[in-house]
Amino acid sequence: MAELGRETARDRVRFRGGGFAPGQRRGPALLVFAALIAFWQGGSSLGWINPLFLPSPAHIAQALYDVAASGELWRHFTASLGRILGGWAIGTAAGLALGTAMGLFTLARSIGLPLVSAIFPVPKIALLPLFILWFGIGEPSKLATIALGVFFPTVINCYSGIDGVARNLIRMAQSFDLPPRDIVRKVVLPGAMPTIIAGFRISSSVALILVVAAEMIGAEYGLGAFVLQAGHLMATDQLLAGVVCLSILGLVFGAAISALERNLLRWR
Amino acid sequence: MELRLEAVGHRYDDLTVLEDISLTVQAGETLALIGPSGCGKSTLLGILGGLLQPSSGRVVAEGAVPADCLNPLTYVFQDFALLPWRTVADNVSLALEHHTLSGNERHSRIAEVLERTKLSDFASAYPRQLSGGMRQRVGIARALAVRPAVLLMDEPLSALDAQTRDLLMEDFLDLWLRERTTAVYVTHNLTEALRLADRVAVLSRRPGRLREIVPLAVPQSERGKPEAQAELARLQHHLWTLIKEGARSAEREMADG
Repeated sequence: MAELGRETARDRVRFRGGGFAPGQRRGPALLVFAALIAFWQGGSSLGWINPLFLPSPAHIAQALYDVAASGELWRHFTASLGRILGGWAIGTAAGLALGTAMGLFTLARSIGLPLVSAIFPVPKIALLPLFILWFGIGEPSKLATIALGVFFPTVINCYSGIDGVARNLIRMAQSFDLPPRDIVRKVVLPGAMPTIIAGFRISSSVALILVVAAEMIGAEYGLGAFVLQAGHLMATDQLLAGVVCLSILGLVFGAAISALERNLLRWR
Repeated sequence: MELRLEAVGHRYDDLTVLEDISLTVQAGETLALIGPSGCGKSTLLGILGGLLQPSSGRVVAEGAVPADCLNPLTYVFQDFALLPWRTVADNVSLALEHHTLSGNERHSRIAEVLERTKLSDFASAYPRQLSGGMRQRVGIARALAVRPAVLLMDEPLSALDAQTRDLLMEDFLDLWLRERTTAVYVTHNLTEALRLADRVAVLSRRPGRLREIVPLAVPQSERGKPEAQAELARLQHHLWTLIKEGARSAEREMADG
């Protein structure tokens, strides 16, 4: 064709602007998911996979149903959920308070920024033994660990969200003589909201990780404790049923935050 | 209301941007402020309305403020400065909410300024849904809603395309030929200055000093007519001569120079 093109004086201009514009479709993803599970189930049914090390999807579903029906799962689930929500709420409230102060005031920023940089890299689960010494083995030490883990990403996102609010909007508000309190409430916080909510995504997954770790260290109930006990008993079907619950929990949090974004950030 | 600049100077660290500017904005006039880029005209406008603290000198406002005026010195910004999370009507409302106005009074003021800026049909639209010209109409509606004594406009048409600019300029003239609001209009566009202003103050290149104040004798309503063109062309040439050298060296300057 190229040869032909050169011989004739008239040639159609070749389209060369295609590609590099990936979209997203639901179909292929569902198909691959289904294929993976079918492959896994097939491998188990044919005896290629040792059920002790990796039970089949059907077994996991059965185990999930059994622990759910006995009410045991519910007990673990609510214990974990309570810790996540409690710890997340405490950490978020404190984080928003400090983050807002750091976004608005020189003194808070001068003190807060180095402090946050110094403590943020510490893996919070390492402090659980200390919290157990302080608060005992019960709920407060777990809540403290989760709250602390949630606190830092919240501070950082809240602070940088406020810092990133366009200066010209603040100057505009000042030019209309809005009182400082109104500027914070009507200009600064709504402007920082997208970044703050993006921070919720990070902090909710931090809370999920920390609740499991804390429950593995010392708890009677909770999904982390459930998974650990199942492991000790080599009940891998129950173990994976617990993991499925955790991943569902993570998905639910993600969906809740997306709903929050749709509601609060409709203007985007 | 009259605004008087008394020996105003301004510096950022080691950089003197404005030097010894004394100038009176007379009540009811539209004063255009022109000069080569980087001459400090936006800085001067910031100082005029109290958004910037001058390094030396002072600004004095003189004269009574009308009773219904909520914000005597009111800005219109080049980048519109609209809150993207508020609708058109709520953006206007922002300027009123912290004043003691009854809900009715507020709503009637909003409706009135939206009507005057031809935005009534867009009251519940968000800024992102509007074209640049419409967004600046919102900026103007917000400014009018507080019934300003002095309008301070920082290149209000610079972010718009040429056609939108011409349309909006006509609307500006309609709006304030009727009201005779005192206005300071910063621009680098000579056509805008010649179309809108009563007087044009020309600043020199950095450090900005007042070079000349050029009065425009032809009334705004006559300036569209063919008879006025020769005089306007003469004035444009004169203004351009005043700022040309500065504009040329500004163009050749490096960012960190």
